[in-house]
Amino acid sequence: MKKRNRLPLFAVPYVGWMALFVVAPILMVVLYAFTDAQAGFLFSPDGFTLENFARMGSYAPVFLRSFQLAIVATLVCVLIGYPVAYFMAREGEQFQKMAMVIIMLPMWMNFLLRTYSWIAILDRNGFINQFCRAIGLFDLINGIFGTNLEYFQMLGTPGAVVLGMVYNYLPFMILPIYSVILKLDHSLLEAARDLGANSVSVFRRVIFPLSLPGILSGVTMVFVPSVSTFAISQMMGGGTQMMLGDLIELQFLGGAYNPYLGSAIALVMMVIVVICMYVMNRFGEGEEEAVML
Amino acid sequence: MAKELIRLSNCCMSFDDNVVLDNINLYINDQEFLTLLGPSGCGKTTTLRIIGGFQTPTSGEVLFDGEKINDVPPHKRAVNTVFQRYALFPHLNVYENIAFGLRLPKTDPETKKKVKLSEAEIKARVTEMLTAVNLTGFEKRSVTSLSGGQQQRVAIARALVNRPKVLLLDEPLGALDLRLRKDMQNELKRIQKAMGITFIYVTHDQEEALAMSDTVVVMDGGKIQQIGTPEDIYNEPKNAFVADFIGESNIIDGYMRGDGVVEIFNRRFACLDKGFAVNEPVDVVIRPEDVDIVPEAEGQLTGTVTSVTFKGVHYDIIVDFYGFKWLIQTTDLSPVGSRIGIKIDPDGIHVMKKSHYSGMFGDYSSYSEEYEEISDANYDPTEEDEGDSNEET
Repeated sequence: MKKRNRLPLFAVPYVGWMALFVVAPILMVVLYAFTDAQAGFLFSPDGFTLENFARMGSYAPVFLRSFQLAIVATLVCVLIGYPVAYFMAREGEQFQKMAMVIIMLPMWMNFLLRTYSWIAILDRNGFINQFCRAIGLFDLINGIFGTNLEYFQMLGTPGAVVLGMVYNYLPFMILPIYSVILKLDHSLLEAARDLGANSVSVFRRVIFPLSLPGILSGVTMVFVPSVSTFAISQMMGGGTQMMLGDLIELQFLGGAYNPYLGSAIALVMMVIVVICMYVMNRFGEGEEEAVML
Repeated sequence: MAKELIRLSNCCMSFDDNVVLDNINLYINDQEFLTLLGPSGCGKTTTLRIIGGFQTPTSGEVLFDGEKINDVPPHKRAVNTVFQRYALFPHLNVYENIAFGLRLPKTDPETKKKVKLSEAEIKARVTEMLTAVNLTGFEKRSVTSLSGGQQQRVAIARALVNRPKVLLLDEPLGALDLRLRKDMQNELKRIQKAMGITFIYVTHDQEEALAMSDTVVVMDGGKIQQIGTPEDIYNEPKNAFVADFIGESNIIDGYMRGDGVVEIFNRRFACLDKGFAVNEPVDVVIRPEDVDIVPEAEGQLTGTVTSVTFKGVHYDIIVDFYGFKWLIQTTDLSPVGSRIGIKIDPDGIHVMKKSHYSGMFGDYSSYSEEYEEISDANYDPTEEDEGDSNEET
């Protein structure tokens, strides 16, 4: 009997924290989303409205861009992260420690600083353009094509935003995949070889399917912050690549002040993300350790 | 006449400075059930892994059907393995686990083309294997939901469905409980006979080895100590290690006083062993069940019973002969402290050459001390684990 009571007691601070700072804000977002901007309070006369959702239609391009860029960034993270994680997990312990430090090192630096340094690299007078100028690349291109190119426009493109997201979130893709591959039972690989699988088949039929849970949790950890990012799209997108995060920020802190609309947008985004995660986890069902958010 | 299938000649294996296998010479016949038996670290698993292709010997040759296969990778060998912990693929169900090897494209030895089995053929072979291991109806089950014994049988089916010439089994019954083990021993023997496949079996369990094998290879310290039939190994052990490892043995220092005469404790005994030099020092093995207890006056040797343990079918009694303690198995109770005499028939005595194992085994002094300690009235068992003694209250 004693033991049964102990656990909830320990859980009280956490449950309290979650209730106060996770459940309550979500409830408030839901309330606000259905509240009329003029009335200002859901339960006052004419307080309930669906207009916030109706107005969202005009923001469809922002929704589309957000999900497009987040999906591309997630895919790129899988394509880069998987091989890195795979080879890291197969190297010696010393190498693994080193690689881990190198992967984590950028994370120790402030997020804004990291992103600003990309601006310094990609800017029209940034590192890359200066380098190309110095080696005479622009003169060469202009000479061949008869153009008048002075610099590469990199900031303010969707590619720059994707780059910013990949750079910031790649470790969240590498680490879960790495830990799954590291834990793979070596005898399974031997069994596959023993049954006649060459190294390609061993990878395709055993290693890859068994590392799916790692990929799924990596995808979740990259996709969710990517789709709702605002700082990266503002800094790397140069104001031309507005994403959902920017839109929501604008409703709460910016000139377009309308927390009711902002809440509605946030709610819709959350619902879409949850649906995405659910579908993905169903896809990976049967694998152990399926991850939900 | 049995045909030779695999031969290891002068195989050595070392990791850094650590010698794991020291000059192994061994041949395995077609359709033989051969067991590599020894304590952990004796090199038996390494030997198996060399045959499976997971390790390449540092020196020496591995021949399969007369061809050197040292550098042939595992997936190109006509050998399949049942792994110690089964190593079933957790992401595949029972059917797909067994079909794993069949789904891989194989190179036809004549046309050099990749061939794939049809789905119908795969189904027929998997179903046949499921029947053979008594798992019909388990096709769709997840392997993680199976009991140890069932997983074991899936692992065997997965290996055998590829119709290997040789099946390697690495302590396959180690994780099963005693009852299931006995059943699986019979099952394995039956499968081996029915399919006519060579089995190479690794175990540290001597009983298992004796019960199942055609040939037993006893290993220790990276060396083969003895190769023979289970009867040979038990009745004619080559040295003190084998005598001690296979069953229980009293091993006593003795001298040969001519063909068929051995002297222990200054008394001469008739034996069947010949061919030793006169007065050669030897190790004498006397199995606990080969000793007859007789009244003290009629005994060839006399001693004092120092402990008795009831074992069901018989008693294990420890008898002190002139300071050297023997284990004797008897169905007649001789109480502790009584004086008894013993008689040993000539065929109950086995004489071995001295080896570097001499003097290390076959004395039951420490064994009896344990019992004495417990039967001592002053012995307090709570003394050693005082901290936990109040747990029940």
